[in-house]
Amino acid sequence: MWRYAIPLVLLGVIGAFFYRGLSLDPNDVPSALLNRSIPEFSLPALGDPSRQVGSQDLKGKVALLNVWGTWCVECRHEHGFLLQLARAGVPIYGFNLKDDRASSLDWLATLGNPYVTSAFDEDGTVAIDWGVTAAPETFLIGRDGTVLFKHISPMTAAVWQRDFVPLLERECKGTADCPFLAAAGGQ
Amino acid sequence: MIRAVLLLAMLTVASAVWSDTDTDTELTDPALNQRYSTLIREIRCPLCKNESIADSGAPIAADLRREVRRKLVDGASDAEIKDFLVQRYGDFILYRPRFTPETWALWLGPFVLLGVGGFVFWRVLRARRGQTLDEPFDEDAEA
Repeated sequence: MWRYAIPLVLLGVIGAFFYRGLSLDPNDVPSALLNRSIPEFSLPALGDPSRQVGSQDLKGKVALLNVWGTWCVECRHEHGFLLQLARAGVPIYGFNLKDDRASSLDWLATLGNPYVTSAFDEDGTVAIDWGVTAAPETFLIGRDGTVLFKHISPMTAAVWQRDFVPLLERECKGTADCPFLAAAGGQ
Repeated sequence: MIRAVLLLAMLTVASAVWSDTDTDTELTDPALNQRYSTLIREIRCPLCKNESIADSGAPIAADLRREVRRKLVDGASDAEIKDFLVQRYGDFILYRPRFTPETWALWLGPFVLLGVGGFVFWRVLRARRGQTLDEPFDEDAEA
């Protein structure tokens, strides 16, 4: 009896590993910041270098932080959807990564500006504190200033519905912190 | 033989020079430079996941090299630099992940499997002890 049980059990174990392993996406590396406090930072604002944008602006509310740059083709791709979210009232903060100030402002003037304000990280040093690998990346920040989720690659309606809306519904249940939720596709 | 060794030595030197010149100049302190070259080969590029930041041409790899250099010059230890990166990018950033509860399975798994295999092997050998082969083993036939 043993003779037959062992290979069968082994097959089961190996099968379980393959089933799990082959359905995982090796490119999906979760942010090391997940469920941790956002990094402290302060950067000049894109539109006005004399003004600072930083972690203080992001704390105490539910907000998105979107990493973008005019050099980033996929950012153009997601721009329309960001505008749609902004129109629904979602507070989106921009993180302008390794870019040129004039072309960035020109981009916003031409395509529309979905951002409450954009931080200007000229050499990408603060981006390392955020664990940013490239653009576009979008962080969901909770009321208490923790990172609830990070999405790498362009934002789309499908991603928003699948990953962001359930987290927002949980975060804002019984509170008035997400007045935009109904307009942005939640309950 | 000597020619082969020489060729190998030349190739080694050539590849080292090649990968150091892309954006960076040599650090003036040779000891620091040595630590720098070792470190950037142990740090994985978080974007192009199968390259070290020494090899990768991605902008983030250049940024991370710059950060590593800056910290080395500021006097940070190798462990401090690795901590800094793991905090931001996770264990994944190190080609040799550290031994933490999350990576126990990764480090110990192969030894567990080896143990299981050894146990099975021992069981099979023990079960066969005393059994005789049907035919005498023929060395010539095997070759």
